[in-house]
Amino acid sequence: MSRLRRSMLFVPGNNPGMMSDAHIYGSDALMFDLEDSVTLREKDAARLLVYHALKTIHYGDCERVVRVNPLSTPFGKADIEAMVAAGAQVIRLPKTETAQDILDMEAEIERAEKQFGIPIGQTRMMAAIEGALGVVNAYAIATASPRLVAIALGAEDYCANLKTSRSLEGSELLYARGAIVVAARAARIDCIDTVFSDVNNEDQLIKETQAIKQLGFDGKSVINPRQIKPVHRVFTPTQKEIAKANRILAASREAEARGSGVVALDGKMIDRPVVIRAERTLELAYASRAVFEEDEV
Amino acid sequence: MTQDQAFYTALNALNKAAYVPGENPRLYDKDPVPLKNRMARENKIVESLEKAVELSGLQNGMTISFHHHFRDGDHIVNLVMDTLARMGFRDLRLAPSSLSDVHAPLIQHIKNGVISHIETSGCRGALAKAVSQGLMDDPMVFRSHGGRAAAIEEDEIHIDVAFLGASSCDPFGNANGYSREGEEKSMCGSLGYARVDAQYADSVIVLTDNIVGYPNVPFGISQRLVDYIVCVDDVGDASKIMTGATRFSTNPHDLMIAEMTSNVIVHSGYFYEGFSLQTGSGGASLAVTRFLREAMIEKNIHASFALGGITGAMVKLLEEGLVSRLLDVQSFDLDAAQSLKNNRFHQQIDANYYANPYRRGAAVNQLDVVVLSALEVDTSFNVNVLTGSDGVIRGAVGGHPDTAAGASLAIVVFPLMRGRMPCVRDHVNTIVTPGNTVDVLVTDQGIAVNPRRPEVAERLEKAHLKVTPIEELARRAERITGKPDPLPFGDKVVGICTYRDGSVLDLIRNLT
Amino acid sequence: MKITTPASAGTMESGDIMIEIESSDQREVEVVLKSSVANEFGKQIVATIRNAVEEFGLEYAVINAVDKGALDCTIRARVAAACQRATSSTAFDWGKNA
Repeated sequence: MSRLRRSMLFVPGNNPGMMSDAHIYGSDALMFDLEDSVTLREKDAARLLVYHALKTIHYGDCERVVRVNPLSTPFGKADIEAMVAAGAQVIRLPKTETAQDILDMEAEIERAEKQFGIPIGQTRMMAAIEGALGVVNAYAIATASPRLVAIALGAEDYCANLKTSRSLEGSELLYARGAIVVAARAARIDCIDTVFSDVNNEDQLIKETQAIKQLGFDGKSVINPRQIKPVHRVFTPTQKEIAKANRILAASREAEARGSGVVALDGKMIDRPVVIRAERTLELAYASRAVFEEDEV
Repeated sequence: MTQDQAFYTALNALNKAAYVPGENPRLYDKDPVPLKNRMARENKIVESLEKAVELSGLQNGMTISFHHHFRDGDHIVNLVMDTLARMGFRDLRLAPSSLSDVHAPLIQHIKNGVISHIETSGCRGALAKAVSQGLMDDPMVFRSHGGRAAAIEEDEIHIDVAFLGASSCDPFGNANGYSREGEEKSMCGSLGYARVDAQYADSVIVLTDNIVGYPNVPFGISQRLVDYIVCVDDVGDASKIMTGATRFSTNPHDLMIAEMTSNVIVHSGYFYEGFSLQTGSGGASLAVTRFLREAMIEKNIHASFALGGITGAMVKLLEEGLVSRLLDVQSFDLDAAQSLKNNRFHQQIDANYYANPYRRGAAVNQLDVVVLSALEVDTSFNVNVLTGSDGVIRGAVGGHPDTAAGASLAIVVFPLMRGRMPCVRDHVNTIVTPGNTVDVLVTDQGIAVNPRRPEVAERLEKAHLKVTPIEELARRAERITGKPDPLPFGDKVVGICTYRDGSVLDLIRNLT
Repeated sequence: MKITTPASAGTMESGDIMIEIESSDQREVEVVLKSSVANEFGKQIVATIRNAVEEFGLEYAVINAVDKGALDCTIRARVAAACQRATSSTAFDWGKNA
């Protein structure tokens, strides 16, 4: 099963206190930020801080993602050099608008990999879509490079770009969310939803996460460790769903053993997509430790 | 029979004296004056603290005691010591139940020879720092709450005069840590530590800022134990004694540790209908209540009692019916104090009832689970809550060793590192609670189980809670922080840390 | 490489270290450290600062450091940032094994 990306914890790049043990909260990924959370005057310091942290601190099983500044800024190039050298697993490009943005960044990454003796292609990429043009080009962006592992939505800038505002029920994001999920699936990569900034409103966080999970998202960015468990719970299959998936797979194996192409359960025919979804449910269940292989009878 | 000659002859033969009205000076004459006038005329209230001290018979070299229910808002210790210094007393031995930042003025009294020896549960701030640097000739003796109570009961500490602050007191000495009339200037809830002093001290002086009508019942301290009462302006600073309900920490490390600890309790084998519990009063150890409450509701499990160190969080469980009774030796916030005052199922207990080490029935021995904090823990599970990582005295023994020894399962919770200081180490600066009584450690980077409790480790593993060997936690911390250099301790013993029975656990040396 | 202007990096937040660097008349690197863990890690912190300054390529400097429990990697990062700012250079050997 490919890597889980149910949660990505935002770690501001100029805050050493948070950086030293960001992995203990159990998020699937950590996103070290050199961009919007760092003031212009501290870009150099943040770059050095994240570089040294990535080289020294063992972040467990968390995927190490770094959000760099765009190449159009004075900081982007040095960011990429430093982060590739430091061994970041994924470089996240903010405000991606076109496939060319991806290609330009990829070229810089490859140059850095060559310079520092890192296997070419080892550094993966993630594209954040934060504006209308990005949404329009979502599929092109998602397929622009084999290094891409996911595309993500950045809602704040997107809404500003759309000349509207954020609302609790999020109708202004519907199209963008749909477009990003579809593009990601067509490109066979992951899609990650935007942050929910009210850390005290766990109920609304859960509601929103359930809604975007239903849309097809693989995960959500979080800005506070407290948000990780609720998000994981939404993305973890329930015992009921697991039991049902087990039954579907049992029926499928039984049909195969009979040499029949028709899978039946409780008197109903089960289509192939249903079996595939059941397989995915169980994979997700094992990966999220909702079920433990050694507990299976 | 008729009181004639035969009567008196018989009395003589029986060697008994006849009743003669007015003859026995010890008896009080019948007084037709109404109570309110009588009480104004004759009571235990003395016009000044100096007068009370004189009446108590205090001499140089004697032992005096105080309680610490007013915590960092206490005025009593400083007031009394200033007075005793002015009166010319010297070489006094202090046995407060604990000392706080506010008691820094004692430094001067020590330097002037007014105080020669201190036995306490804890010491903080400037006084603690001065003691760590070698202020006193006699080492400071540290005892647990249960250890102090037992020492007083067994006369190892002989209290000559106890100076006990009270929020309210009637003219005959019924005293409480709250008031039911008059202006409640200071509230502290339980007087659990003070009760032991009141019971055993040769002379008991109650200091209060609120004289109330007789009888001030239910009482925390019975009038029968009180000799003199002194009115003072303020027994303490209310804002520093206690504030509203203690808030749960929002620190993500604390919350993580607390949630993990709640899971440990649920799967420990000690989470069953009618279990009993004590938690700490802050940080992760308090926040455990928040998560455990959810588990209790979800699995429909109720606790028979909670013990403490009681906070508003426990009161909430009592009021919700999740806990049946509260046993309170010290109230930590206003919610707890109010509940003690108003709820008859919230019982005030004294320190001997709480944790006397020689009594099988002591409340700590009836605990299933206790959740404690720590400054540092070593690879033998010994815990330090008294001296900081810099070697300076800064905390208190409290009920730590008492509850760890008494509970079926003692869980110590703390972050693996505090800043750059590793909290799991090869050796702690001061052993306060011996490792053989500590069962489980929960840090933000792993759970360790004492090898003495393999059945607990097995239960946790079975519940998919990963158990890490403690040596690995120590190495993990050290890899991140680097190995600390040894502290510059000198040769002088400035503190003796005793176990519950008075035997020595560790010595504290001066810092150069 | 020469220090063209005094510079600083880092904050007084917990886990961080504030590094102030200026040029020195003496032909050495002088480190003045104030730290909450001076007794336990003072020597190591000073050594790490010196090391980082040397690695950057500076031979003479006066460093004033106020430490709030920073880990070695943070100390190195802050020293490097301060050195960069003080020498108005952006050079840093990302490829060196830290």
